[in-house]
Amino acid sequence: MKAHLTRRYRFSSSHRLHSPNMSPEENLTTYGKCNNPHGHGHNYTLEVTVSGPVDPTTGMVCNLVDLDGFVEREVLSRYDLQNLNTLQEFAEQVPTTENLSVEIYEILQRGFQNAHLERVRLEETMMNSFEYAGTNELRR
Amino acid sequence: MVYLTRKAEFSASHYYHNPAFTPEENLRIFGKCNNPNGHGHNYTLEVTVKGEVDPRSGFVVDLKQLKEIMHREVLDAMDHRFLNKEVPEFFTQIPTTENLAIAVWQRLESKLQKARLHRVRVYETPDLFVDFYGEE
Repeated sequence: MKAHLTRRYRFSSSHRLHSPNMSPEENLTTYGKCNNPHGHGHNYTLEVTVSGPVDPTTGMVCNLVDLDGFVEREVLSRYDLQNLNTLQEFAEQVPTTENLSVEIYEILQRGFQNAHLERVRLEETMMNSFEYAGTNELRR
Repeated sequence: MVYLTRKAEFSASHYYHNPAFTPEENLRIFGKCNNPNGHGHNYTLEVTVKGEVDPRSGFVVDLKQLKEIMHREVLDAMDHRFLNKEVPEFFTQIPTTENLAIAVWQRLESKLQKARLHRVRVYETPDLFVDFYGEE
């Protein structure tokens, strides 16, 4: 039997949305308040969905200890209480939550082997959320 | 195709233990969840059905009927119970969130008439849930 397991995490980061390829006026028009040079912050909620057969000996798709450990080490410790604009992956791309979803997906895709990665979802605020599923179909 | 989701809550206790494992293996794999006295959760269950809208009633499914089916087949059996000791599926398999979602699906699937079961979602905590789409 194949099941999909979703785990939620939280981290807080700051960012500024600004593109060096745009004029100051274009940046302001495109990003509005998010272009404030001092940046601003969010309490992000991260959902990681993995899937796979339910192991008949443990009743699990994967052990949460393994998933939590990986996400803590490779994702949360990287982004929590950080300024995203200072990180190497955002040196040449704008740290929008779209781009952050893709970065987090790729960290998991490269490094987490215990179950199949289905999707990463990020809530930037209570009103905005983003999902990235790589080449998987996004299940509803 | 329209998708309809009905939510319900139930409170139950459980523990994780495989009698085929040694005590040390059980502790290593399941940690605190291996405590034989059990621990509890307020589970949230979401049942999603899909179907075409009946042109006379405007319904995909009669919600009163869906609610009755959920109570009779799932909630009455699991609410305020110790899953390992009182729910037959969990006499021989571990009541993880995964196995709970599958058990709920199997209890409901054949009981629905007009609409088809699309997804069963079980939240063990607000930060952990499992979806089962009926896939083998």
